[in-house]
Amino acid sequence: MTVLAVRGVHTFYGNIEALKGVDLEVAAGEIVTLIGANGAGKSTLLMTICGQPAATRGQIVFDGDDITRQPTHEIVARGIAQSPEGRRIFPRMSVLENLMMGATTAPSQHFADDLDRVFTLFPILKERRQQRGGTLSGGEQQMLAIGRALMSRPRLLLLDEPSLGLAPMVVKQIFQTIREINRMEGVTIFLVEQNAYHALRLAHRGYVLVNGRVTMTGGGRDLLANAEIRAAYLEGGH
Amino acid sequence: MGWRGGGGACGGGPAGGGMRLRRVGSRNKRVDQRNLEYFLQQLINGLTLGGIYGLIAIGYTMVYGIIGMINFAHGEIYMIGAFIALIAFLVLGLVGVTWVPLALLIVLVVAMVLTAFYGWVLERVAYRPLRGAPRLSALISAIGMSIFLQNYVQLAQGARVKPLAPVIPGGFSLLEVDGFIVQLSYLQVIIIVLTTALMAGFSLIINRTSLGRAQRACAQDMKMASLIGIDVDRTISTTFVIGAALAAVAGMMVTLYYGVIDFYIGFLAGIKAFTAAVLGGIGSLPGAMLGGVLIGLIEVFWSAYFTIEYKDVAAFSILVLVLIFRPTGLLGRPEVEKV
Repeated sequence: MTVLAVRGVHTFYGNIEALKGVDLEVAAGEIVTLIGANGAGKSTLLMTICGQPAATRGQIVFDGDDITRQPTHEIVARGIAQSPEGRRIFPRMSVLENLMMGATTAPSQHFADDLDRVFTLFPILKERRQQRGGTLSGGEQQMLAIGRALMSRPRLLLLDEPSLGLAPMVVKQIFQTIREINRMEGVTIFLVEQNAYHALRLAHRGYVLVNGRVTMTGGGRDLLANAEIRAAYLEGGH
Repeated sequence: MGWRGGGGACGGGPAGGGMRLRRVGSRNKRVDQRNLEYFLQQLINGLTLGGIYGLIAIGYTMVYGIIGMINFAHGEIYMIGAFIALIAFLVLGLVGVTWVPLALLIVLVVAMVLTAFYGWVLERVAYRPLRGAPRLSALISAIGMSIFLQNYVQLAQGARVKPLAPVIPGGFSLLEVDGFIVQLSYLQVIIIVLTTALMAGFSLIINRTSLGRAQRACAQDMKMASLIGIDVDRTISTTFVIGAALAAVAGMMVTLYYGVIDFYIGFLAGIKAFTAAVLGGIGSLPGAMLGGVLIGLIEVFWSAYFTIEYKDVAAFSILVLVLIFRPTGLLGRPEVEKV
């Protein structure tokens, strides 16, 4: 069953066309990754899914409903959560308050359970729960960003470069947790990454985005074995 | 010209009690300005005025905190609050509501609700269409709205000063030394208690409720706030509504305190409250309250001990000094921050 369908989506930033007709699909329970170089339009696609900015052409369908031109807060209320580029932790709120903010659209009776789940996934957040978000390390902020997204009980979790700027050990840990979230909680995950090696190993399927267009698609392992991809995204990298 | 009725040597006072103090002030060669009674009287007057400035300053700082823009029409919103309060008092007088506590309550609610509506419309008409535009556009729009609202009230209500007979006369005589009476009028008590209660309640809303958290989230990162499902437009509207409601209370208090208002009072009061917000640290709520009280005290003490003609100069010198030496204000935070 398709959870998310992106069909012929074009997005403009002013006069610059960042997405030039993107098509992709994410099925329920999947981890799908979108890899591509800096500036290919990966983050733009995630933001377009959330309506910031809305697509100028094309269609985005979530759970069978067209959400292309809906306001962001309504899209999010339908069950899409994003851990965005740069993490965007609320710097002057405590870890706990950040997590409370994540639960904005969730029914309040689940709050205590959801908080426990996030603290089980990321025990360090429990230790730091009274600390201000802006004082956390990069890795902790990433965990908080993912935890905050989970607090809304999403059916689709959008992750934008969770590995960016983190130490290899932390990256490994984050990717393990992402797999766990997918398996244990049944959350569908759409992951955008420059770190193609980790992303493709984790994902069931992958897409490659070049200059605002999808140029290749396939199973995660197949893409990982593909010579072109190895040359463009893996050799000399990781 | 702004606080026209407040031109006494004691930095103003309620129409009844203030008159007497002012007379004392005009013979003030006989009042030793260094004595404690005189100081105490000025302290009371200053705190009263400061509370009023603080209420207006909250509106400036909240709007700045959330959309990074100085709402220069906020002074006019306060002026409109004063007019609505005045009209409401007159209407209540006509229909025969004479029990003062009831009249005050009705006027308070009416002024807050109607002025809040003005605040809401202001945001919808003048700022929301410019949300994505450069900051300068919104600033110009704000100044335009300020001019428009002034002229609107002038046309609708006339340019003349509007008087209101004292509604709450009387007060406590705290202390009498050599014929100088330290007075705390009932009205001053009401103003200080009400502004303190409003500020406390308002801080509680911001720190403890989901509305307050939504507001802080929008102030810290508007895009992220929308990504967690906050209706940013509605939160911004709420900010204008709350700011306008608090300004309405300030307007009502000034109407009662000075007994005269006109369409132009928003200008000077607005700039002074803005000064208060900058002094406290623009964007900081406790800062706005502290700044308001400080500006009120500075203005009153300056009038009392130096020259009343330069009281506005004193307040604005503070603005200049703060901008030069401490642009972040007393409780403000530096803009650069680890994120």
